[in-house]
Amino acid sequence: MDIFVTTALKLADIKSDSCITKAVEKRANILKLTQAAEDAVLRPTESGAYSHTLRAALAARIARLNSEEALANRYLKSAGTFGTIADLANDGSSHKLSAVVNFMDKVAASTRSVTAEDISVLQEQGIKDADIVRLSELNSFLSYQIRLVVGLRLLESQSK
Amino acid sequence: MTDVIHSFTRVVPEWKPRVKPIDLKTATKAQLEALEVTPSDTKVSDYVLTLAHDVESLKVRSPLFNAIMYDKGGLSRAERELGAMTASIVNRCIYCTAVHASRYTQLQKSHEIADSILEDGLEAKLNPRNKAIFDFAVKLSKCPPQVDEDDLSILHEVGLTKEEILDLILSVSLFGWANRLMHVLGDPIRREDNVE
Repeated sequence: MDIFVTTALKLADIKSDSCITKAVEKRANILKLTQAAEDAVLRPTESGAYSHTLRAALAARIARLNSEEALANRYLKSAGTFGTIADLANDGSSHKLSAVVNFMDKVAASTRSVTAEDISVLQEQGIKDADIVRLSELNSFLSYQIRLVVGLRLLESQSK
Repeated sequence: MTDVIHSFTRVVPEWKPRVKPIDLKTATKAQLEALEVTPSDTKVSDYVLTLAHDVESLKVRSPLFNAIMYDKGGLSRAERELGAMTASIVNRCIYCTAVHASRYTQLQKSHEIADSILEDGLEAKLNPRNKAIFDFAVKLSKCPPQVDEDDLSILHEVGLTKEEILDLILSVSLFGWANRLMHVLGDPIRREDNVE
């Protein structure tokens, strides 16, 4: 895999002739695994209760919560009819997903205040434990990818 | 054994899942392959058994975690742990903070820096290099992240190379991920057998 086509390097505008190319090439294995992780959480073979399109919409929403509009737009292209979920003014009720959207927002933006009750609320809504883990993996991967993009972009901009 | 811990410590607690972990006896072939275990294995942690609900993510995350925290070159092991610990404090993941404060202390062969951070947070008395790493990690861990060119300049001023800064970004970002699993899916529980 060419690391320069990975989401992280594309979004940070790092190319094969960038000033930090040597540094990122030393961590090529990590960037390839990061892309494999994106495939695993956004487009898994076993997607459980959440389709690839809904996952893309939730990913776009988390990117927006982090003011990462470029990444949000990238995921929105795969969000299909769930695209409006990425609108932060939408509480999820448009798709009967209020509990899911509320959980994802809290985990992404107010991580420190998440409690056991936030999990039991999902369980009371009939959401299976396996799907709660899937939502958490999607959310937490995005938190990683967003921070990686922000950091890489900063390194690249200062190196210019 | 059921006491949930609410304050930071470097004594590593137990982790009690809030969801039901998979049962190895009824695990799918894909789950057993990803865990590299047999149904009779009793040594798999509840954390891994919980994440095995999403086996495709688990399979990628483990090698990625190891590469970011342990691959050679670049930022020292201790400073990667400092990044991990700091992110965990921002996200208030008591379990991750304890694990990585403990590893940082072992690598430093001193508990003074970790204790200062756990007790005083943003007011911790740190040398310029540690302070720059700590401050950068705090800002990158916020939602939205708040790092800017001044923060990057400070890292350069205290001597971090581009390669080291990239490794710091990776370890801090990785704990944006790990914290949102450990802190969200389980509780840190006091261990009666674990004394410092």
